[in-house]
Amino acid sequence: MSEHLPALQVVVPLLAAPVCFALRNAAFARAVCLAATWSSLAIAWTLLRQVLQSGPISYALGGWPAPLGIEYRVTVVGAFLLVVVSAVASIVLLYDRGSEQQRLPASRHYLYYATFLLCLAGLLGIPITGDLFNIFVFVEISSLATYALIALGRSRRALLAAYSYLIVGTIGATFFLIGIGMLYQMTGTLNIEDLRQRLPDVLDTRTVLIGFSFLVVGTAIKLAVFPLHQWLPNAYSYAPAKVSAFLAGTATKVSYYVMLRLIFSIFGVGFVFATHRFDLVLMPLSLAAMLVGAIAACYQDDLRRLLAYSSISQVGYMTLAICLANVQGLAGGIVHTMNHGFTKSALFLVIATFVQRTGSSSVGSVAGLGRVMPLQGIAFLVGGLSLIGVPGTAGFVSKWLLVLGALEKGQVWVAVAMLLSSLLAVVYVWRVVEKLYFGEPVASASSEDGESEAPGPSGSALWRATPTALLIGLVILLGIWTEPSAEVALAAASELLGVAR
Amino acid sequence: MTATSGLWMYWAIIALMMVGLYVVIARDNLVKKVMGLNIFQSSAILFFVAMAKVSGGTAPILTGGEGTAYSNPLPHVLMLTAIVVGVATTALALALTVRIQEAYGTVEEDELAREERLEDRSLSRKSQ
Amino acid sequence: MNGLATLIGAEQALLAALILPVLGAACVALLGRAPQVRDAVLVAFALVTFLTTIQLVAPVAAGERPGVELFEFISGISIAFEVEPLGLVFALVASGLWGVTAVYAFGYMRAHHESNQTRFFGFFALAIAAALGIAFARNLVTFFLFYELLTLSTYPLVTHHQDDEARAGGRVYLGILFGTSVALLLLAVIWTFQVAGTTEFQGGGILPTELTSGVVLALLALYVFGIGKAAVMPFHRWLPAAMVAPAPVSALLHAVAVVKAGVFGVLKVIVYVFGLDTLTMLRGDAGLGGRVVLYMACFTVVAASVVALFQDNLKRRLAYSTVSQLSYIVVGALLAHPLAWLGAALHIVTHAVGKITLFFCAGAIQVGAHKKKVSELGGLGRQMPWTMGAFLVASLSIIGLPPLAGVWGKWYLVRGALAVDEPIVVVVLFASSLLNIAYLLPIGVQAFFGEPPAPSDGSDVAKAPQLCVVPLVLTAFLTLVVFVAAPQIGSFVEGAW
Repeated sequence: MSEHLPALQVVVPLLAAPVCFALRNAAFARAVCLAATWSSLAIAWTLLRQVLQSGPISYALGGWPAPLGIEYRVTVVGAFLLVVVSAVASIVLLYDRGSEQQRLPASRHYLYYATFLLCLAGLLGIPITGDLFNIFVFVEISSLATYALIALGRSRRALLAAYSYLIVGTIGATFFLIGIGMLYQMTGTLNIEDLRQRLPDVLDTRTVLIGFSFLVVGTAIKLAVFPLHQWLPNAYSYAPAKVSAFLAGTATKVSYYVMLRLIFSIFGVGFVFATHRFDLVLMPLSLAAMLVGAIAACYQDDLRRLLAYSSISQVGYMTLAICLANVQGLAGGIVHTMNHGFTKSALFLVIATFVQRTGSSSVGSVAGLGRVMPLQGIAFLVGGLSLIGVPGTAGFVSKWLLVLGALEKGQVWVAVAMLLSSLLAVVYVWRVVEKLYFGEPVASASSEDGESEAPGPSGSALWRATPTALLIGLVILLGIWTEPSAEVALAAASELLGVAR
Repeated sequence: MTATSGLWMYWAIIALMMVGLYVVIARDNLVKKVMGLNIFQSSAILFFVAMAKVSGGTAPILTGGEGTAYSNPLPHVLMLTAIVVGVATTALALALTVRIQEAYGTVEEDELAREERLEDRSLSRKSQ
Repeated sequence: MNGLATLIGAEQALLAALILPVLGAACVALLGRAPQVRDAVLVAFALVTFLTTIQLVAPVAAGERPGVELFEFISGISIAFEVEPLGLVFALVASGLWGVTAVYAFGYMRAHHESNQTRFFGFFALAIAAALGIAFARNLVTFFLFYELLTLSTYPLVTHHQDDEARAGGRVYLGILFGTSVALLLLAVIWTFQVAGTTEFQGGGILPTELTSGVVLALLALYVFGIGKAAVMPFHRWLPAAMVAPAPVSALLHAVAVVKAGVFGVLKVIVYVFGLDTLTMLRGDAGLGGRVVLYMACFTVVAASVVALFQDNLKRRLAYSTVSQLSYIVVGALLAHPLAWLGAALHIVTHAVGKITLFFCAGAIQVGAHKKKVSELGGLGRQMPWTMGAFLVASLSIIGLPPLAGVWGKWYLVRGALAVDEPIVVVVLFASSLLNIAYLLPIGVQAFFGEPPAPSDGSDVAKAPQLCVVPLVLTAFLTLVVFVAAPQIGSFVEGAW
């Protein structure tokens, strides 16, 4: 059983999707979906522990060995991403049973779960497969499901957001496909390990360089690297709340994984940075993303757009880590996928709860809610602090490693830019926090004295509070206990860079 | 894998690719955008198929003859998957277009933008 | 006391001192519905915390360094605590004055009919816990963690009134403190870790000797300005902004816990990260460049005093006075001479008791006489003799008149400045003392010998609640006690190296 775990990781959610579809009942579908996601999490966790103990796992799908068949290859960085994705999915799925935020009628709500599982299967497939074309297929599976999920948003703008994301996303994926074609043409293989071995012979051909460009641009679109980020704010703002929370914690993170594999596993640091000085392109873009994203976030009037722009800024941190290309910095980027994933998902869930109460997602609408909904208020505060990178929260750990990586490389100004971006994060987080605690609630449900408590949580409020509390708990836990996050990320970074720890 | 004289097809593929991209970017009509996207995807598919061709090779079915040159079958297989993906994307895009037509009454981008501006203005008035 | 000392070991006492305030905050939150019980419990917690901290004195004086390691943060860095003399002195000041301030706060908050008192006392206790964490931090990361926690836990106190003024003050407060710490201090900490491979505080410093003086200077500037709580100009504006807080907050946090956490951090970094030798060398190597930070602190001493001279709002005047006095300590640290360092360490204590008294008085005047402006205080001494008497005593202590505490800090600072041959610093210190006289003494003198601004009709006889007056008399008396005890404190602190 346990040797088939790599296959089960993808197969479980993939097969659960049609089951949900066949059940045609929201409650049953939800149960199936929950079971599938949580077992994915268990599988991912087991895989991560196996990989850490005994090195990369290779699994020949269908019994066909690697060059012929499709190989599933679990690496440390891949297993880490698997844990991030399945954990975010499992926790976010707990959030409310209702369909208040969606266009789907309750009778067809099971479709939501089926689509969710397909998306999850795609996202889990990307980090686990060892085959470049297979990555493309999984990217498309998850993307198609994502477009459908975004289109479920309550506002009609969700349709437009989904449509434009579809166009941009498909162009990105097709770029990726063309890049694959060029590599295949030059090497005759699609297996990542094989590519790594065969590419050095043909590295100086123009085809490989162009293939690299196509692959990187295709991935960068999905990763929302500045200035290819335009799709992201709309997609995150108009998708159903739960979907935003899920996507914010997973989609860009998985694309980041693809970028890592492309640069470090396939083409290699020598080709990307030494020969072609790709860092001269990516570094300014990352810095611009960090600062422009954060500045844009400061000016947003809509909470979800604010978080979306903040995500663009945080993606800047992660791509910056690629440019640093040393163990500390890269580990900072990798661990940021987890730390930022949990943080952003939690924040989107908090916003979703606010929206459910006030019916609006503008910054002004949360006035005074911190006193009416103390738990959600604290959750936002902690999440915001993690975005800033205050010690004791997960965000601090990533920032510590990133700044350390930048200093190790002797690039003080990069470290300074990173910290400047954190300062901007203070501004956009505190705008909301001030509203939460200073303004008067619009729908005045507050008591005259802040000391008396808010109305006790009803059943559904409890459902809403649990996942937020779990995620925020993780954010704090990972801020002080870094063994499962930073230590693994350091191992993953050494693995990618091919250096011993 | 290709003879030098066969390079003209890559030019054709690039032309097709550019046409597709241009349509996606320049057209305002959402349906036309989808068509452009299809052209763009087709160029990628043709690219794979073209490079699989071995000059003088036959279909990759084992006939038993020694020394027969076969075309590379793998890209074709890959493109079957890519075609399926493309069809699914097109279907989803068209479905979304239908829904947009229902919600906004138009599928022209400039009119959609106008609608959005109107909506924004009425929202901001309401909040004041 | 000796009997108690055997009850718990030093490690347990250290942990208890850190946990007790948090427990206190929790109890306060639970007992919110019964204010009387809540307040009693709070004072009890404050007392027990103080007593527990005292337990640490004997072992530390004997040369022990009790420590606790909580957990490893990232490989090579742990969240850990260790008691050393300077930290213990700071901890004693913070925890000892907590109880006094709590009693004062009861009187003040009641008389002012402040709302949200439970939240107030809860965050107050958390702030003390954070201050103690800073005092006992064994490495820079732990220090940084509690430094930020202190900022966060005091933010609700500063913005207690939740009106626009509080919001604006809170913005400046948080903006500067977060801004400097995230942008400068964090960079300095990580940079230190990168070049030194450790963040542990160690006598003699941890920076490798081969660093160029440029890097050392950059680090020094990052630390001194990055520890925004030390309020060296141009990052001093948060202190006056924080005066929107209720008086007890200003008293404890902005005369003792927060600002002292800042200068304590500077002192600690100078001794345990740079090492005095490194700084002495820096002055030799880098010439004028090596003294830029020192002169910035000197400028702060004088400039803040001059600004204080022109403030009519009593609390703002005291705030600028604090800015000026804090830079004494920074100057003392930067002189990098044992005598000056000792003066700086003593100044933490002496200024704490003096300034807390002044803030207590300002609050009592606000409650009793409803006056906030210096110009309105004429003749008030006849109505509030105890309060204004205490104010006068504390003023004299700040100015540095024996037999009051303030003299010691200045004495050693001047001796240190002479020892390292920095005449400018000596001039600055004397000029500042003159300015102290100019902006503090007239208030007390006018109160007793001046005429009331408007003829009193007798109906509004100023009277502060007993709960306010007793603590401020007590702290005024403490300035005398500290004067006597200063040599002991000095020799205790000197055990730091």
